[in-house]
Amino acid sequence: MECVFGLVGNGFAILAADTSAVHSILVHKSNEDKIMVLDSHKLVAASGEPGDRVQFTEYIQKNVALYQFRNGIPLTTAAAANFTRGELATALRKNPYSVNILLAGHDKETGPSLYFIDYIATLHKVDKGAFGYGSYFAFSIMDRHYHSSMSLEEAIDLVDKCIMEIRSRLVVAPPNFVIKIVDKDGAREYAWRKSVEDVPVASA
Amino acid sequence: MARYDRAITVFSPDGHLFQVEYALEAVRKGNAAVGVRGTDTIVLGVEKKSTAKLQDSRSVRKIVNLDQHIALACAGLKADARVLINRARIECQSHRLTVEDPVTVEYITRYIAGLQQKYTQSGGVRPFGLSTLIIGFDPYTGAPSLYQTDPSGTFSAWKANATGRNSNSIREFLEKNYKETSGQETVKLAIRALLEVVESGGKNIEIAVMTRGDGLRQLEEAEIDAIVAEIEAEKAAAEAAKKAPPKET
Repeated sequence: MECVFGLVGNGFAILAADTSAVHSILVHKSNEDKIMVLDSHKLVAASGEPGDRVQFTEYIQKNVALYQFRNGIPLTTAAAANFTRGELATALRKNPYSVNILLAGHDKETGPSLYFIDYIATLHKVDKGAFGYGSYFAFSIMDRHYHSSMSLEEAIDLVDKCIMEIRSRLVVAPPNFVIKIVDKDGAREYAWRKSVEDVPVASA
Repeated sequence: MARYDRAITVFSPDGHLFQVEYALEAVRKGNAAVGVRGTDTIVLGVEKKSTAKLQDSRSVRKIVNLDQHIALACAGLKADARVLINRARIECQSHRLTVEDPVTVEYITRYIAGLQQKYTQSGGVRPFGLSTLIIGFDPYTGAPSLYQTDPSGTFSAWKANATGRNSNSIREFLEKNYKETSGQETVKLAIRALLEVVESGGKNIEIAVMTRGDGLRQLEEAEIDAIVAEIEAEKAAAEAAKKAPPKET
């Protein structure tokens, strides 16, 4: 059960995603990074069909890069979110992508923002969002503890609370999570939360 | 019968493609552009015609990025350039998307040249009226490259080259004065080559420098003026040394 969630804090936005790649009853790997760095100041956390997830987010990433080369300035987070939603909407009634996306970004003029984009091209600008079965738990915890302009420490604490709740209450809970952050200094990986380490193969 | 091959790109009886040759004429009328390859730095320079007082000079960028590690300058019809540059930019991203690797300089040069050639062998179209200078660092080996394409669709790699107005004089200068350089020396060589045919001053030259890690950087007018001043000083010193014969006592 894939799980992706995120929230907006004071001058930053944070995204957390589980890192299990699953096919039916088999776990392929438990360190699959589902949060893509879209450009210097944007993150895309995606969950859904593995093929669609990678294909669609890479397509968006390359188009965002093309815009930047053509126009000399990067897209705003809102523009990137609307472009993404537009692509999902266009494909919806022919060849829909089964991907749910949380797009987080930081713009110099407007600060941090988070966009909830689901697989049928719903677009909402939100302070907190989540996808998957884990969203039931993540939303409950975030609704209880979230307040606007949280500091980084408070936000990480909230993310950890959500991860704890998902791990303890979801029947097939993903063991590992990755947390990424975007602020005025750019988008980057913040931390991993691992409870299962992939054992490295002993070399002969 | 004798005139039909002027309007479309078909062979003339003596084996010429007149449209392509006329396109090369258009290039010869365009602003001078020069490219110099150093060991860790590659420089592109373009002649800037005096900007109209009311024009915002920042909107007339003659040296452009195709990707983070590739840049292009051209001489000839700038409107045609916009079309080629747009197609090249799309190809750079498309390549990254399909094979998850950035393009090599040679690949994108071959692509642009291929595009230019297509338009010499298609019905109802005319060739692109521009020659391009393409620079970049190979994303794997880090080797610097400078390539040139022309309206016929041929391309080749160069250590230093020029195209556009008075390109022959600039090329002669480069052939006489080229040596392996790096860093600021490469920039100076490119500016010295351009100054052969352009009135001196930061106002009339646009220079962009590409380095291995940091991509393309456009030089500010003040920076160019400073380097031009350096060059003039060196020239003056060389003149003075020549004029004053060393008197050994």
